[in-house]
Amino acid sequence: MESFVQHDGIVVPLLRSNVNTDDIIPARFLKSVRRTGFAAGLFGNWRYLADGRTLDPGFVLNRPQYAGASILVARDNFGCGSSREHAPWALNEYGIRCIVAIGFADIFHTNCFNSGILPITLDAAQIDVLVKSLDSSGPRWRVDLPAQTLTAADGNSYSFAIDPFKKRSLLAGLDNIDWSLAHRSDTLAYERRRRNEAPWLFPTPTE
Amino acid sequence: MAPEVVDPPRTMFDKIWAGHLVRDEPGEIPMLYIDRHLTHEATSPQAFAGLRARDLPVHRPETVVAVIDHNVPTTPGRRLIDVVDEQSVLCIETMEDNARDFGVTLLGMDHEDQGIVHVIGPELGLSLPGMTLVCGDSHTSTHGALGIFAVGIGTSEVEHVLATQCLLQHKPRTMSVEIDGVLAPGVTAKDIALAVIGRLGTDGGTNHVIEFGGSAVRALTIEGRMTLCNMAIEAGARAGMVAPDDATIEYVRGRRFAPAGDLFERAAAQWLQLAGDPGARFDTEHRLDLGQLAPQVTWGTDPGMVVDVTGTVPDPAHTSDPEERARLWQALDYMGVEPGERMQDIAVDTVFIGSCTNARVEDLRAAAGLVTGRRVADGVRAIVVPGSMSVRRQAEAEGLADVFRAAGFEWREAGCSMCIAMNGDRLAPGERCASTSNRNFEGRQGRGGRTHLVSPATAAATAVVGHFADARELWQEVR
Repeated sequence: MESFVQHDGIVVPLLRSNVNTDDIIPARFLKSVRRTGFAAGLFGNWRYLADGRTLDPGFVLNRPQYAGASILVARDNFGCGSSREHAPWALNEYGIRCIVAIGFADIFHTNCFNSGILPITLDAAQIDVLVKSLDSSGPRWRVDLPAQTLTAADGNSYSFAIDPFKKRSLLAGLDNIDWSLAHRSDTLAYERRRRNEAPWLFPTPTE
Repeated sequence: MAPEVVDPPRTMFDKIWAGHLVRDEPGEIPMLYIDRHLTHEATSPQAFAGLRARDLPVHRPETVVAVIDHNVPTTPGRRLIDVVDEQSVLCIETMEDNARDFGVTLLGMDHEDQGIVHVIGPELGLSLPGMTLVCGDSHTSTHGALGIFAVGIGTSEVEHVLATQCLLQHKPRTMSVEIDGVLAPGVTAKDIALAVIGRLGTDGGTNHVIEFGGSAVRALTIEGRMTLCNMAIEAGARAGMVAPDDATIEYVRGRRFAPAGDLFERAAAQWLQLAGDPGARFDTEHRLDLGQLAPQVTWGTDPGMVVDVTGTVPDPAHTSDPEERARLWQALDYMGVEPGERMQDIAVDTVFIGSCTNARVEDLRAAAGLVTGRRVADGVRAIVVPGSMSVRRQAEAEGLADVFRAAGFEWREAGCSMCIAMNGDRLAPGERCASTSNRNFEGRQGRGGRTHLVSPATAAATAVVGHFADARELWQEVR
């Protein structure tokens, strides 16, 4: 997994609440069995005209000033709905490394970390000010994960909270599997105990 | 005399959580043991590929059951050649290869137990009270109806659970939703679910596990509780649950993968202890009196945009917040409905009865009961997609399939079908659908398609009338 330390990039504002993962990548684009191949489906129902191929110049991602955007700012409850990790994969493949929102849906929030995307939660008033600064000072922000700060082009800086365990994983670009396998003895001890408490959860193969 | 030490009262979720903690150290994320892992072809290929890349086995393959449901055709007598496109074929074949290579039971396209993952879990006794259960699918909350902590996860987490049998997750907050009221005939669990989401909002449950209780929930059948818990994710909740009671025990008894004999009795005694202790406190508490609940219909593009079937499309002018007003206008525009329009004046093109929300045999009975002796209205395409092949057989044995066919419904084989529109069953742009599924998002049932979420009874009433109809009235006529 790609690590995330500092990032300086163009910001695209998608100022809607309740953007769901069907919006982020419609189901018809989910059929790759690999982790790649999803960027074309990103916002597949919004990015294209009715022919499904021609970019819609009215959609915010397609406007010239946001070309090459790598930070997305949204409103509340971003990523609700389906658990599809294809949503952060598609965002990542398009080039989005950080999403700033008032709130995230639970599964999407976890999927972001597991896909190398940093989700940042700020309150509505902070996001209002940040979005205003896009027009006045330009759509370019700097994110510093070790310092837990987001700095706008006008120099205003905002600190954000992050779970320390997830921060370490993202900084190192590590997923959790190796960590959990390192604690396998705990799992095996649990299984030995649990087998006595609830033997129906451990049927023998012949049963 | 030393004072008696009394443990603080615990919620059902607290008990299940504590009983599954493998490791919980400061500065770490708790490791939670997972008893059952259900998986399907749409969200698992990359997880198995990850295991291959690391040369890792599945930790306990006997806890994993794979099913093919999202990409399957539902046309009767389906074969691989009927699959909608090459990519879907690849998803199906990849699932078959992975199940074989990793020693996982597969309920494939031609298996007699095939069905939607959240229908077959409880049906086969794979989902048991007190379990922790995961699936790479947000509607995993369904299984919570049996008193299971059942949580939808992403594909990286699917890989993690396959490799380690554990999930890393911070303990969610607890929420109780106590629902009182008596449902009129023609009003169902789906109407409760939609009414709850309408009140809590689509993020009202975020970072919470909801325990549903109250007289209206206790009165629901187990299948009705599944419909309610299924939709918990649409309120943003991590999971939805109902405490096991005698009805739960009788539902599970005798199911194929449930324990039998003395072991079942021992398990059942434990399961009946799972209910929250008297006085247990939740982080958030809601009490809803649904008294004379009317059948519910969504008018917009999220499940919280819902009104009584006897009601009208809301007017954004009555909303003071400009951002919310814009969101409502966007939904009205997408759905092609007008503020103040009566729901019962809105005609539909398609009726879809199916999905993990509402394709169990009770759902089909409720729909067939209103269809008997009637015909699908002219110009309406109506399809019934049973939740599993077992449900399909049961419905055929009871004569429900004949009722649907005689009325002009298409009678299909099991799968997710038009709920997610990956398999070729979908709406055309602009087409309007009364759907028993769970999401009315833009494009969910096909690009430009307009989805209104309803119960099976409302779907059936709507199919025969041609526009949204009050199932309570048709039910009176049936009597």
